[in-house]
Amino acid sequence: MLFAIRSRKSPDWQKRLQASRGDKVFSTINYVVVGLFALLCIFPLFYVLSYSLTPYEQYLKNPIRLIPTELSFAAYRQLWNFPLMWTGFRSTLFITIVGTAINIVLLCISAYPLSKKDLKGRNFVMGMILFTMFFNGGMIPNYYLVRSLHLINTYWSLILPGAISAYNLILMRNFVSAIPDSLEESAIIDGANELVILGKIIVPLSKPAIATFILFHAVGHWNAYFNSILYISDRKLWPLMLIVREMVVDSGANMVQQGVTAGAQELAQPFTLKMAIIVVTILPIICVYPFVQKYFMKGMLLGSVKG
Amino acid sequence: MREPRSFLAVQRTKCQRFLRYVLRHKYLYLLLVPCVVYFIVFHYVPMYGVLISFKDFNFKKGILGSEWVGFENFEYMFGLSDFYRVFWNSLYLNILRLLIAFPIPVILALMINEINNRYFKRITQTAIYFPYFISWAVIGGILVNFLSPTWGVVNEMIKSLGFESIFFLGEAKYFRGVAVASSIWKEAGWGTIIYLAAITGIGPELYEAATVDGASRLQRLVHITLPCIKTTVVLTFILRVGSIMSNGFEQIFTLQNTMNLSVSEVFETYTYRVGMLGGRFSFATTVGLFTSVISMIFLLTANFLSKKLGEEGIW
Repeated sequence: MLFAIRSRKSPDWQKRLQASRGDKVFSTINYVVVGLFALLCIFPLFYVLSYSLTPYEQYLKNPIRLIPTELSFAAYRQLWNFPLMWTGFRSTLFITIVGTAINIVLLCISAYPLSKKDLKGRNFVMGMILFTMFFNGGMIPNYYLVRSLHLINTYWSLILPGAISAYNLILMRNFVSAIPDSLEESAIIDGANELVILGKIIVPLSKPAIATFILFHAVGHWNAYFNSILYISDRKLWPLMLIVREMVVDSGANMVQQGVTAGAQELAQPFTLKMAIIVVTILPIICVYPFVQKYFMKGMLLGSVKG
Repeated sequence: MREPRSFLAVQRTKCQRFLRYVLRHKYLYLLLVPCVVYFIVFHYVPMYGVLISFKDFNFKKGILGSEWVGFENFEYMFGLSDFYRVFWNSLYLNILRLLIAFPIPVILALMINEINNRYFKRITQTAIYFPYFISWAVIGGILVNFLSPTWGVVNEMIKSLGFESIFFLGEAKYFRGVAVASSIWKEAGWGTIIYLAAITGIGPELYEAATVDGASRLQRLVHITLPCIKTTVVLTFILRVGSIMSNGFEQIFTLQNTMNLSVSEVFETYTYRVGMLGGRFSFATTVGLFTSVISMIFLLTANFLSKKLGEEGIW
């Protein structure tokens, strides 16, 4: 290739220079666009954080300012004294922890038998599961079922209906299939039954997959609010997101009158209060996010492991 | 010479052999029991609940006790102008999503792939995945407040530039834009993961050969990367088409208000409003059934078409 370039003035060389200039433009555009999009993704959250700490008079004077000149924790103090915040936290915590635990346990014990290609009935069960991904009964039949099971107004109505995700089950099954048979065979020779194999071999080897699924399910439970709207009418059992929704989207007129203003020394105005409640709700996610980011990149490739 | 066995004898030994097989692998079947029970109870039993749409449902009488009305509910539904409005809203929103929000993760993934600086790549990826982890209740809350016509940030900026404030969530033409834009904000970054994964599967020899032949980066992108991820894109597209009737209750519900209802009412929110809040269970079930069936038809058609065009289908 080098021999083909005679001199720097040859048309060949000019063409290569132009090509690399085109490359540079292309590269710059890439960096700029991706960078802008990344900024766009986190910018609104900075606004939310800054507004939650701004005293309301400051906000009224200049709503566009990003960094507050004065810090005020009045909103947070008010939230601290708001009983529904605490019950909401308790509900969401319970649902997230217990729900995720059930998700993971069911995922592991179901994926293992389904990963055995020669198990009789396996194809039938797989077909049954796949079908549910594309067709379901709808909102009303599901509500009727939950009601018939007397799960209305309990946390279980939020945990049981989504206990196994067919999609995740398939991913987990693929992952478990990739574990070499030789490990299982040597365990069988040593006298282990399938339960022991599951506990001592499959689960430890599936740690990256399990970590990824824990993340997905936990975040899903933390953020979910649709099922709660359907099944939970008791305000004391409301998870955090429902409270956020009423306060922030519905302008929480109800709540402001009911409990938030009670006992507040310094009244944080509705807007700052709303921003504060948003910050409080997404704070756990932000805290957990850096630690688990390394897992889900790997995790998303689980289902497509080829070699 | 062996005596031919009787039919019953053969069946009996088949049964015995099956039972012996199950007993030998009893732990595997035991482990599978919760899963099967779960799917039957929470997925197949509600399918039976679809019968509600053929009956005049009454909670006290239950499903079996309620009167059978055949296709009356369906006839009623197809005669309702509301129904067509909701149908159009759902479809239009999804078509917008397919046209605008679907290509963006692909393009983003291609661009991210071309970035050479490791730190920049990692930082931007961390940033763009983040909105996916935020609940629609929160995003909706942020949007409702930032886009408020009286005290929202966005309108303050517009006013300071000399224009009139726009009631984004109150006017029909802006609502769809807000819905699609917020979808992009939340899901585009996350959507790049699957395409990036496909891109990393492309063999470097292809790129090397193209470089030797003098291809610029743009040419390499168009002629190598794009064709190689075509399968992934098509598969994702088919799946996306399969959910063409669904717009996600959580997103639409938080952005809805009485003023934009004429464009924002989609099937999920309509079913909720009419069924759960309005108490008309039979009708709501009918709408739900219609949605599921249409989605299946779209999915099967998309799958069939893609196979006809030479691509892989889902099955």
